[in-house]
Amino acid sequence: MLGTRMNWQRWVMVLPALVFFVVFALVPMCVAVYYSGLSWDGITDPIWVGMKNWVTVFKDGEAWQSTWLTIELMGLCWITQCPLSLVLGVFMAGKQKHRTVFSIFYFIPLLFSAAAIGVTWSYILNPNFGLVNAILKAIGIGNGNENWLGNPHLALFIVSLIIAWQFVPFNSLLFQGGAKQIPESLYEAARIDGAGPFRIFFSITLPQLKYTIVTASVLILTGTLTYFDLIYVLTGGGPGSATQVLAMDMYKQAFINNDLGMGSVMAIILAVFGLVLSLLILKFTGFNRMDSQKEGM
Amino acid sequence: MAESQTMLNTNNYEQRRHKHSWTNIAFTTFGVIWLIISFYPVLYILMSSLREQNGFLTGSPTWLPTIHPTFSNYLTVLQAGFVHFFFNSLIVSVLSVIFTVAFSLFLAYVIVRSRSRMVRIIFNIFLIGLALPIQAAIIPVYVLITKMGLYDSLGGLVLPSIAFGIPLTLLFLVNFVRDIPNELYESMGIEGASDFKILFHLVTPLALPSIISIAIYQFILAWNNFLFPLVLTQSDNVKVLPLAVVQFQGEHTMDIPVTMAAVTLSALPLLIAYIFGGRFIRRGMMAGFGK
Repeated sequence: MLGTRMNWQRWVMVLPALVFFVVFALVPMCVAVYYSGLSWDGITDPIWVGMKNWVTVFKDGEAWQSTWLTIELMGLCWITQCPLSLVLGVFMAGKQKHRTVFSIFYFIPLLFSAAAIGVTWSYILNPNFGLVNAILKAIGIGNGNENWLGNPHLALFIVSLIIAWQFVPFNSLLFQGGAKQIPESLYEAARIDGAGPFRIFFSITLPQLKYTIVTASVLILTGTLTYFDLIYVLTGGGPGSATQVLAMDMYKQAFINNDLGMGSVMAIILAVFGLVLSLLILKFTGFNRMDSQKEGM
Repeated sequence: MAESQTMLNTNNYEQRRHKHSWTNIAFTTFGVIWLIISFYPVLYILMSSLREQNGFLTGSPTWLPTIHPTFSNYLTVLQAGFVHFFFNSLIVSVLSVIFTVAFSLFLAYVIVRSRSRMVRIIFNIFLIGLALPIQAAIIPVYVLITKMGLYDSLGGLVLPSIAFGIPLTLLFLVNFVRDIPNELYESMGIEGASDFKILFHLVTPLALPSIISIAIYQFILAWNNFLFPLVLTQSDNVKVLPLAVVQFQGEHTMDIPVTMAAVTLSALPLLIAYIFGGRFIRRGMMAGFGK
């Protein structure tokens, strides 16, 4: 009879996943630490330079700037996505027929690759013939030649809006599920007590969605941290380095400047950032995806 | 007294209901505005792809559909090798998903069934993989794939995709395999069934809906993956669709209709799948939450 002990069959089942993950994710992650001490273009022999890359990126401020931009983008993404997803999720949770039909359309942007979305929006936002400027001009706002992505003060914000365009429906699925679980009796009791719709929203819906908000925030923040595709296509990190977040910086250093050492420095900063973020989330919310996991073990 | 109190309440309630309709209108307006924001750009892609490049930048307003639609843009895109890129994408996505899900299911079964300390440690390693941004491993992965002689090959795309897809898939499947009642395992175990037999004849059929959900989610991720092909491939022979779209734009900077046709074709399989099985795709998306 099969118990809870390991046998050879079980080890055979463990091995493929373990080997793949160790070889193609875990070991590379550790190797990146070693690479960060190299001066290496990937072709000629690598030279060990110790902490030199680290000193350089922190001295000329590049590391700080990329880290700061990443934090800024995370903040922008949270502000644009979280409230919108919540309201949209509650909207979608309604039983009305038209809401169900609308929901079907809301998901379509999720089917496009970030690359395709980047290409599309770069046209829509084009300063000369883009749709946005044409519409603004038609309704008499501005002079119709704003260079949205070429403006260093706007570029990061615009990028966060396009990310929101794609991901709000994804997050709102979460809120839809949460809102559907709020017992109808709570609403009825509140109505009988004479609470208005805003009061109901703030004293029933919002508190009941507390944990959903935490989950959605975690997904938005961790997702934004490594966001790369759209930025690569839309701005390439520019104008100047206005949208050069950590992931973009890592790619640029390693694969455009062919400096694998410098790229690895950025990769380590990114990894440490991610780990710190996970620990902070764990500490301040008591929530993490793993806790609920371990409870069952 | 009590009666009039009730009356008052009912009146109040009716009034509130009336007020509710105003907020309903505001709410519906919000829904309609988001519908326009989210769907109009998609419509714009489709409309533009049917236009002629001639006069696109100077002609009639481009936010309306054209009166003379043309499919010539699609022909141009297909002739640029998009059928080939389509099959590259398909091969990479299908292989990645099959192995990611199969390996994760094997491991999920052992994690649920075994009390071994080693297995617990292994599970924790995968959970750390969820907390760490594994994209940070891309540079060593590039070096590794190059050293294995797999640079610029479809295999070189599939191998790391499998590894990166496992943590979330595993977490998701463990949740489901754990819900299978212990009695079912025991009844099969008494009949002398092996672990493999239990996995294929008991666990897989029961977990099938969740296996399909997570497979759909991973397929969409693999289909739209951009970083791996960007870093690990180079030639047209192994080009996948997202990369093809971006390079196509680079070659046809001012030719918006033709680029929009490329965008449409790159998303077409998923769009068609969504039309026929939207419910499954939305359920698959939920699998992305890991629950």
